[in-house]
Amino acid sequence: MVQPQIVMYEEEFNQIQSVCEKLVRDANAIVVFIVDKNGQLIATAGEYENLDTTSLASLTAGNIAATGGMAKVLKENEFATQFHEGEHQNVHIQIVGQRVILVVIFDERSSLGLVRLRVRKANQALNQIFEILVEKAQDPNASSPLEEITDDDIDNLFND
Amino acid sequence: MSFINYSSREINCKIVYYGPGLCGKTTNLQYVYNRTNPDAKGKMISLATETERTLFFDFLPLSLGEIRGFKTRFHLYTVPGQVFYDASRKLILKGVDGVVFVADSQIERMEANIESVENLRDNLAEQGYDLDKLPYVIQYNKRDLPNVADLNELRSVLNTTNVPDFEAVATKGNGVFDTLKATAKLVLTELKKGG
Repeated sequence: MVQPQIVMYEEEFNQIQSVCEKLVRDANAIVVFIVDKNGQLIATAGEYENLDTTSLASLTAGNIAATGGMAKVLKENEFATQFHEGEHQNVHIQIVGQRVILVVIFDERSSLGLVRLRVRKANQALNQIFEILVEKAQDPNASSPLEEITDDDIDNLFND
Repeated sequence: MSFINYSSREINCKIVYYGPGLCGKTTNLQYVYNRTNPDAKGKMISLATETERTLFFDFLPLSLGEIRGFKTRFHLYTVPGQVFYDASRKLILKGVDGVVFVADSQIERMEANIESVENLRDNLAEQGYDLDKLPYVIQYNKRDLPNVADLNELRSVLNTTNVPDFEAVATKGNGVFDTLKATAKLVLTELKKGG
């Protein structure tokens, strides 16, 4: 396959989660979430209980993909940062390590300057964590996490 | 490219519905959405034009149950079928784990079907995928219409590699879940192999 599969382990997940929670506090944000470029939600922090994060994740990935397409046409590598300004809420989107997307939703309690500053810090921290995850995924000795699943297990899933 | 999360014990996979314009890709997703238990599905998103033609994609998140303590979640996407949206189609294929090709059975759409399969193959190749190595299922849709091509003829033209295929009437739901289940099964089998 083109890219190795993403496998998330407890240790790295907790680290990513802490970075998101810290970013919510430091940037005075409402919600922070991380999505992979294919639209899979990786982590969420903040006031997300009433938010459809699955939809947001897929739309964010679509948005980044479309912007990436524009970049390609313009012979740019990528547009790593996007900002959407709403009446009450704003969205700051940052590509991390060309692989995942960091999204910060904030309102008038914060400012674009503060969010940009804090995102830069979080970006570095996340980059390191995802590099470790990629290394782990490429380890030839790593066994497939689903090896023990049998054909019967798969069949049982589809029994009505 | 699936996403396996040990922390939340989830397996996430992406299935893309491909096919020529107006073949019924969105209708497939709408039927799945309407017939799925609210607990097992998220909101369906359609990025469509004012005339309800798909502009970018439709998206439907679906839970299929647990395998050995792992929740299996499938993200279903459609591509815009109209020829001039090719740039968008390429984007949606990124990270795909399985493909459903929805063919329009009407005789006059045969050429559009062939063109779309070729386009699928090319666009996948551009991203480094080989259609023959991906979980792939074909659906012959609109079997209830009077002017449909013979099933054997459709097979000989569109299913040269003998992948699982199904007849369907997506507006009524015939064949919709059979197609989805066959694809999901192939995707999980591929994952088990460590693909």
